[in-house]
Amino acid sequence: MSLTASSKVVTANDLRSGEVLYLRFPHSWTPELAKASVIKDSDLAKASLAFAQGQPNAVVGAYLSDVIDEIDGPKASHFRETFRSTGPSNYRHGKQEV
Amino acid sequence: MYEYSSFDHEFIAERVTQFRAQVARRLDGSLTEDEFKPLRLMNGLYLQLHAYMLRVAIPYGTLNSRQMRQLAMIAERWDKGYGHFTTRQNIQFNWPKLEDVPSILQALADVEMHAIQTSGNTVRNVTADHFAGAAADELADPRPIAELIRQWSTDHPEFQFLPRKFKIAVTGSPNDRAVTRAHDIGLRMIVQDGLRGFEVIVGGGLGRTPMIGKTLSPFVPLDDLLPYLEAVVSTYNLLGRRDNKYKARIKMTTHEHGIEEIKQRVEAQFAKIKPRFAGADLQLLKDIEQHFAPPKFKPLIAQVEADSAPAQTPVFRAWLDTNITAHKAPGYAIVSVSLKKPGATPGDASAAQMRALAKIARNFGHDELRISHEQNVILPHVHRADLPQVFQALRQADLAAANIGLVSDIIACPGMDYCALATARSIPVAQQIATRFQALKLEHDIGPLKLKISGCINACGHHHVGHIGILGLEKAGVESYQITLGGDATTEAEIGTRAGPGFGADEILPAIERLLLGYLKLRLDRHESFLEAYRRLGLVPFKALLYPQTRKAA
Amino acid sequence: MIVIVNDHGFSLQNDLTIAADLSSDFDPEEITSELLQRSCIRITLDSFADGRGFTLAARLRQCGYQGHLRLAGYVLADQYAMARRSGFDDVEISQEFATRQPEPQWLARADWRAHDYQSRLRRPAGPSQQNVESRN
Repeated sequence: MSLTASSKVVTANDLRSGEVLYLRFPHSWTPELAKASVIKDSDLAKASLAFAQGQPNAVVGAYLSDVIDEIDGPKASHFRETFRSTGPSNYRHGKQEV
Repeated sequence: MYEYSSFDHEFIAERVTQFRAQVARRLDGSLTEDEFKPLRLMNGLYLQLHAYMLRVAIPYGTLNSRQMRQLAMIAERWDKGYGHFTTRQNIQFNWPKLEDVPSILQALADVEMHAIQTSGNTVRNVTADHFAGAAADELADPRPIAELIRQWSTDHPEFQFLPRKFKIAVTGSPNDRAVTRAHDIGLRMIVQDGLRGFEVIVGGGLGRTPMIGKTLSPFVPLDDLLPYLEAVVSTYNLLGRRDNKYKARIKMTTHEHGIEEIKQRVEAQFAKIKPRFAGADLQLLKDIEQHFAPPKFKPLIAQVEADSAPAQTPVFRAWLDTNITAHKAPGYAIVSVSLKKPGATPGDASAAQMRALAKIARNFGHDELRISHEQNVILPHVHRADLPQVFQALRQADLAAANIGLVSDIIACPGMDYCALATARSIPVAQQIATRFQALKLEHDIGPLKLKISGCINACGHHHVGHIGILGLEKAGVESYQITLGGDATTEAEIGTRAGPGFGADEILPAIERLLLGYLKLRLDRHESFLEAYRRLGLVPFKALLYPQTRKAA
Repeated sequence: MIVIVNDHGFSLQNDLTIAADLSSDFDPEEITSELLQRSCIRITLDSFADGRGFTLAARLRQCGYQGHLRLAGYVLADQYAMARRSGFDDVEISQEFATRQPEPQWLARADWRAHDYQSRLRRPAGPSQQNVESRN
């Protein structure tokens, strides 16, 4: 076992809606970053990404994204990923809709 | 306006059927995502940051009230109640679901619209002067030739997998409003010895390596235009680089091979294919031209001229000053409807606003609307006597911002609020600048100004040709905004000069404010525009305004 | 094992001898009269996104090539109409491609003569081409 350089989550877009999704162990997808499974082991990261890429009929464009692991769940460490996890700033659309 | 022939109808219907099957094949696994991607892109469907995005073509920016109402219906039924008009005379829906897209395409087909070739490495939606057929200064309406090019480029079997995307713009006026020098091919109408033709400009483009297009031929007669274009695109298809997408546009091909070699190859190929067209194209053009006959203009009624209307209010007067352009028909005006109300998202219109625009166009505008590359809506044919009513109707729809050509009339791409390619946000920067200058009440004092914002190096927001350009990048993990100065999108197109290091997201508004307040002191008088002052004084004094600390330190 | 696709669907019969094998980066300036005399030319694409093959086929036809023209390699069923309209006679794909993109997906584009803007814009090239349709 070897540690990843930083904590990671697997993210992708839903094939049908395009919505941003995160992998939640063992094998479900959640639209909420806070509920995503945080990965710190590089073998697990590889295996999780492979699992995601093996679901072409569920998700598109899976990749590993860096996160900061906090008590109330992971937070994106790059602003692009923050926007993906929240939604656009001009309207309360996407994940901001109640 | 062009109306589909039975051929167009059948073609579009067939494409909807094909795309429905392609979506089904993607979902059943016959097509991988890699294979499906170019097929969905050919039909304008992207996967963006938060959702799919469907880009619908508005060929040469022209649409009628029925089409605008259908866009409103689509926005409400399959999206979130609005649409975003782009710098390429398209409309984008930001939230469609993959499985709904074939039905959206069907709804578009019902009103003679489509999303074909609004993406992908192919000839894109042909753009034109948004004042075409109305402007007092044009030689002739460029839209019939744009429609012919649309038909020629649509589903062209050789050109669906070009090295990179390919954009064509056409103008019929010597005053270029279509930014022809920043397109892969720019066509400028010219009349030579009574013969109509086009100057063909090639290799312009913004993006990572901005270039002003070069003249490939000073005059191609109208009769030769289609085979000539085919020769250009065919030459590019073979010669353009496929090993590096940043070097794949025809501007780079032209740069690497030289305009002379391109010209030689194009002319050899033109000679070979010209006989094959044999006039069928010109016959079709004649047919198309009939669709663009000017509307039956109402006569001039001197006593109800808007300018002397008794009901004038200061707001109406202000709106007349900024949002009206001279029309070729006496008694008529071109109305620009601003989609840039300070604080709003540039280019966005709600479904209710689209319906209001459709109604105004039908009641007062000979049923025509245009989308400008500046992300505004144009009512090209309004009788001056109707201007007060048009203004009232626009006010009711919250569409009466009197700011065309001013600092708050900002071009902004969707940026990182939506776009998967973006490196920073554009919309909040535009919102802040517009809101601030409205509060300062300095817009009219500052006068004509083109401020253009792109959220990445691809330059959809045309920042290189803005008098002030803002480019959003990422620097050390945060958004950073670079300013370029002195760009120009008109006939004398020019690429702006980078002013210096970038500004943080919280520094960009104060920087623009320093720049423009400083300009007010630098200009000779209020007749000297920002661009004129910049051209007279050069970069140095403006740079000093942007970077006061540096100056003190030096 | 290879599969030949034509307007009638799949065929495992491959009785043509390839007289010239061109890759998509072949420079059409090197089209010689000798090449134009060959009976069967094959152009192979390494990627479906490489559009040069289509222009190359068109150029060969424009130079007067009358022989058989075959497109091979990484070709999608959706490109069949493009191939036929550009001047190819048929397409050669691998068994693996034929399995993933079965015959009906190719036959769906066997109507390549229909809905073709190009045929309205130029001189009819042969008896198979439709004349310019009238508007109705």
